[in-house]
This record gives sequence, structure tokens and C-alpha cells, in this order.
Amino acid sequence: MSETQSTYNYKVVRQFAVMTVIWGIVGMLVGVIIAAQLVWPELNLGWLHFGRLRPLHTNAVIFAFGGCALFATSYYVVQRTCHTRIFSDALAAFTFWGWQLVIVLAAVTLPLGITSGKEYAELEWPIDILITLVWVAYAVVFFGTIVKRKVTHIYVANWFYGGFILAVALLHVVNSAAIPVTLTKSYSAYAGVQDAMVQWWYGHNAVGFFLTAGFLGMMYYFVPKQAGRPVYSYRLSVVHFWALIFTYMWAGPHHLHYTALPDWTQSLGMVFSLILLAPSWGGMINGVMTLSGAWHKLRDDPVLKFLITSLSFYGMSTFEGPMMAIKTVNALSHYTDWTIGHVHSGALGWVAMVSIGSIYYLLPRLFGKQEMFSVKLITVHFWVATIGVVLYIASMWISGVMQGLMWRAVNADGTLTYSFVESVKASYPFWAIRFLGGVLFLTGMLVMAYNMFKTIASGRSVDDARVLLPAAHHA
Amino acid sequence: MNDFVNQFWNWYVILLVLISIVACGVLLWTQSSPPPAGKVDTTGHVWDETLEEYNNPLPKWWMWLFYITVIFGLVYCALFPALGAYQGILNWSSGGQHAKEIEKVDAQIKPMYDKYLKMDLKALAADKEGVETGKRLYLTYCMQCHGADARGAKGFPNLTDNDWLWGGEPAQVVETISNGRMGVMPSHAQLGAETIKDLANYVRSLSGLTADSVRVAKGKEAFNSVGCSGCHGPEAKGTQALGAPNLTDKTWLYGNSEATIIETITKGRNNQMPAWKEFLGEGKVHVLAAYVLSLGGGSK
Repeated sequence: MSETQSTYNYKVVRQFAVMTVIWGIVGMLVGVIIAAQLVWPELNLGWLHFGRLRPLHTNAVIFAFGGCALFATSYYVVQRTCHTRIFSDALAAFTFWGWQLVIVLAAVTLPLGITSGKEYAELEWPIDILITLVWVAYAVVFFGTIVKRKVTHIYVANWFYGGFILAVALLHVVNSAAIPVTLTKSYSAYAGVQDAMVQWWYGHNAVGFFLTAGFLGMMYYFVPKQAGRPVYSYRLSVVHFWALIFTYMWAGPHHLHYTALPDWTQSLGMVFSLILLAPSWGGMINGVMTLSGAWHKLRDDPVLKFLITSLSFYGMSTFEGPMMAIKTVNALSHYTDWTIGHVHSGALGWVAMVSIGSIYYLLPRLFGKQEMFSVKLITVHFWVATIGVVLYIASMWISGVMQGLMWRAVNADGTLTYSFVESVKASYPFWAIRFLGGVLFLTGMLVMAYNMFKTIASGRSVDDARVLLPAAHHA
Repeated sequence: MNDFVNQFWNWYVILLVLISIVACGVLLWTQSSPPPAGKVDTTGHVWDETLEEYNNPLPKWWMWLFYITVIFGLVYCALFPALGAYQGILNWSSGGQHAKEIEKVDAQIKPMYDKYLKMDLKALAADKEGVETGKRLYLTYCMQCHGADARGAKGFPNLTDNDWLWGGEPAQVVETISNGRMGVMPSHAQLGAETIKDLANYVRSLSGLTADSVRVAKGKEAFNSVGCSGCHGPEAKGTQALGAPNLTDKTWLYGNSEATIIETITKGRNNQMPAWKEFLGEGKVHVLAAYVLSLGGGSK
């Protein structure tokens, strides 16, 4: 393959890739701490109690860990598949430092109790504005690179990254609309049930676009690359891309079943969540079937293990989600640990694992190595993480269903069989198992960090790779 | 109830929903044509040296799964409320479902509560099954304030002793649960720190706690002259009609340290027992009162 004189910008990819691992450890550590606080309530010390640390955990894992993974991979993928250097080095650098500043501000303000009180959008308005600026810069860099591409067709991974960037911009701006009172306090622009609806339109699409579309973009590059096989079906990718981004937008009301939200809105949330099942599975099929004819590679390639396992968890949680959106199922599952289990089968099983696999693919290439310092340690990481996820979600399923059944159990005299605190007491053993699962997953991340720093230390500070010319018959 | 202020939004929702669901099916249909015979090839595009795409047809099972969910969506919208103000063929609503469930359970338990309502409270308090039902009700509605063991907490009365703020006669207990109680101790900051400290010492001495004898004497005088006796009575034995506590016993709702009593006198206290009659109904209140009386208290 012939090269050109210009190079890809790997610096910003390197920065985001390293911070993915660092923030992953921080965010998951906070998760382990709050899991411990549920098992040992005396650990709720001062300001560092569950209520303050929980939003810190969610923000750190979604936006710091997940966000950095998306920035790193999208910048890498868009350059490589457009055969051109990134649109603006300066703006790309701004997105890196701006995003890190957002994360640090979140880590400071949330434990101080400075919050807008909107789940997954707790950060107060000055930080929201900074996020908007970074995001606009991100969009300019990404789409600018698409515009100056040297190939005619836009690779499928970039559709998903592009959809994710546009949708998140829309979601963030609409949901964060607020009237500031002081520098650290604002009130939502919406009231009552409309505020709740806007919040869950945002909340569910944060899952749909930040945690799904973006990571599907990642999947569409790193799975075929690591497997060395063509993507299974272009046609499937067309159908499931458009169906996915269209249908997700409607699914939010399933978070508000049996609330003050009008019945017709709740029904739409349920109906579109069910229609979403097939489009979601389209991504899983396209990823897993890409491996057909090369299944043997799974045996000794731990990076591929991470990627394919992540798709299995993706398929599982995107089946579970529509089921939980059915009103009668939701009547049992809502407000229980089942929801927490569902979220983590997506967050740990899908999002974290596909990111980890992709970062393992990137690190040696970014630091001038043939492979990671230790491939064996990647395998260790894989198994520790997988056992951690399974312990986590299995314990939450059991405690969630148990809680739902205990809350609805009624005696012959019409009274509740269990008081609430009895269901709390019965949950302790499962919270302990969940804590253990979290510790295992965190341990895997520490192994990854060791492997990463060893790789960097033994690597050389590489020049950015030369931009490749497009394939001859394609130019 | 109609959620729409005018018909435009009703039809806007109906059309948008139907078009959207059908559009999913149409999108699928345009891509569902059977594959051309022969070997499946790639699209011919190559990115980043090696990235290619096969153009395999949609997996059959996946395609049908998608169609089935689209059809299910349309059927569901016909049966249940989803299309704007249209109520659906089944005429279902979440409010209606709730009302039906309540009606069913109420009908189921009515004979039991009718039986209990006919029983005298003291007799019911000695009835094993009645007390068990009362305890379950208590653990659902009352334990948040009065505690799982009914021994109360700071500011929330202990229900197991025989000390009653508003009276322990069966009728008084029923009244307390039915209509709630508002216990107000006014602020007396205007008396000044010295007098308040005297009063605190006097009040402590009434229940045999250590106190400064000089202050006790001055406090006793103040107790009657500044108005304490108006509610708590000249002998400080309290007035149940006002919910004013007896200050000569060993029961302390907020604590008996000098500092706490000074705070109580200086800032006053505001105590509220909510009214439950509307929410629980007469039968459940009756059984709850019997349970409270069974706890060992009750006027003897």
C-alpha cells in the first residue's frame, strides 16, 4: 500500500486512549466504593456518602471512561478510513483538554453537592456550556475530516460515530436547558411531568447514542480489523443503522411506566422499545457473523475474545431491554436491582469490553510496538472481567426479581407481606456478590493499566503513521 | 381525560406514530429482496488497506423478527391507548387498572373488616388474628416514624408505654389516628437565657434528675408566672386535651439533658401526626388502634 507525505494525528488518539484506562479505573473504583457502602452502610462518611458518589460514578464511567474511548477510537477510525489527517489539530487538542477539564470539574462539584439533579446530566450550567463547546469542536473535527476524505464512500463505522455526535449534541442542549440562579445553581426549563419526559428522552438516548451508536461505530472498525474478515452484510448495516437511530428516539417513556405520564405516551415508549429489538440485534449479527470462517481465531486472540464477548452481552441486554419495557414486566422490574443489573450487563459487558478490546488493539500501534507488553495479561484481564460481569449481573437479577416479588406480595387480609426494610435485609448477600463482581472488574482494569504502562515504557515515541493512499481501484 | 388542548395535536400524534411504525416496515421491505443466485461478493469498496464488506442478504429469522415487532406495534396501538386521544379497543387505562385492583382487594377484605368493626376495641386488642393484621398494617404505614418495635424515636412517641400525650382511651386513640394531631410548644426565647435555664432546671427536678437547687426555686416561680402552667398545668402534670406533656414522669420526647430542654423552651417544638382516615378508611384505622392498644399501653 502506498503512502503519502502527510501523517495521521496519533497524538490526540494516544492522549484519549491512555486517559480511557485511567478514568476507567477511577470511575470503576468509585463504583466499587458505593457498592461497598450498600453492604457496609457505616462506610457512608461525611460528604462521600452514596448520594454524592453515585452520580460521580455514573458520570466518570459514562463520560470520562466511555467518552475518552469514543474520542480516541473515532479520531483514529475517521482518519484511517477517510485516508486523511484529522481536520484540525488545534481543535482536536481543544477537545482533549476541554473534555479533561469537564471531567475534573465533575469530580469536584458532584461530591460538593453541586448538581442539577437530572440523572446522567447532573453537571451544573457552566459545565454544561463547556461540554457544548467541546462537543461542537468535536463535531467540526469529525465531520471536517469526513468532508476532506480521499475515498468516495463513507465507511459504516463513521455513520455510527456521526449519528452519535449529532444526537448527543441535540440531547445535551435540549435536556440541559435551565435558568441559572447563581454560578452553581439552576432550575430546569421544564416543569413537572414534561421535565420527567425530557429527562428520560435524554436519559434513554444517552444509552442509545452515547453508549450504543458510538460503540457500534467502534465495533464496525475493530471487529473486522482484528478478525481480518470483511463485514458480514452491508445491507444489514444500512437497515439496522437507520432503524436504530430512528427508533431509539421514541423509547424514553418506558422509564416512566405507571407514572403521571399520559397512558398514550407510555404505550409509545413500550411499542418502540419492542420494535427496537431487531435493529439492535442487527449490529450484533453483523459483528458476530463477521467472524464466520475465522472462529478459530477466538481461541488464542484475547482481543477478539473481548470484542466478541462484548457483542454477546450487547445482544443479551438489547433483548432484556425491550422485555423490561413491556408494562407488565416493568411492573415487576421497575425500581429494583434488576434495572441495575440490566444497565451493567450493557455497561460492563458491552461498552467496557468493546472499549477494552479496541484500546488493546490501538495501544501497540500508537506506541510503535508489534503487540502489547504481555498478551497473557490480556487473557488474564479477559477472564477476570468476564467472571466479574457475570457475578454482577446474576446477583442483580436475583435480588431484583426477589425485591419485585417481595414488594408485591400481599396477605389474605390485604396487607403487605413484607415491609420495605425486610426486602433491604434480604438483598444484602446479593449486594456482597455484586461488590465482589465489581472488585474483579476493577482488578482487570488495573492489570490493563500495568500492561499499558509497560507497553509505553518499552515502546518508542513514534512519529505519526503516514497517511495511506486509498486502494487503487477505489481512488 | 383528554391530554390535548386541541384536535391538531391529537391528529399530529396519530399520524406521526402511524407513519413512523409503517416507515420501519417499509425500510425493511426495501432491503428484503431475495439474494441474487451465486456466491455473495463484497461491495467492492476498500478502506484502510483491508476493510471490506460482504453484501449478504438479511438473515431470514431476523427479518421476520423485525416484521413481527412492527405488526405487534400496530396491533398494540389499536388495542391500547397510544394514538393521541384514542382510548383503544380494550378501553384500558392505567388509572382504570389501578381502580379495578383496589376494588377487587377491597371486596375481598371487606367481610373481615366488617367483622372487626363490630368488635369492641379492647376485645379486638385481645384477638390474635386482629392484632396480627394490625401489626402488618402498622409495619406498612406507621413504622417509618414510630419504629418497627413501636418504641418511637426522638420527636416520635413511644407507643408501648402507658404515657399518652393525647389520651389512651380507645376512642382517643382512634381519634388520633383518624384525624391526626398537631402538638405545638411555642417558642419562649423572649424569656431570656437565665430564666429559661432556671425553668430547665426546675423541669429536670420534677422527674428526679439532678438540678441546681437555686435555679429550681427560681424556675418553679417562673413556671407559674410566665405561663408554662397554662398548658402543662400548675403541677406540671400536662393536659391531654392540648397534647401538653406531663413533665413529672420519666418520658422525654426530645431528651432530658439541660441543653435539650433549653432548646425546647427557647425554640419551641412542632409535632405532627398525620390524619389517616381518608387514606386508610375506618376499618383499617380501627384495627390499627386495636394494635396500638395491644402494645401494653392503653389506659388501665
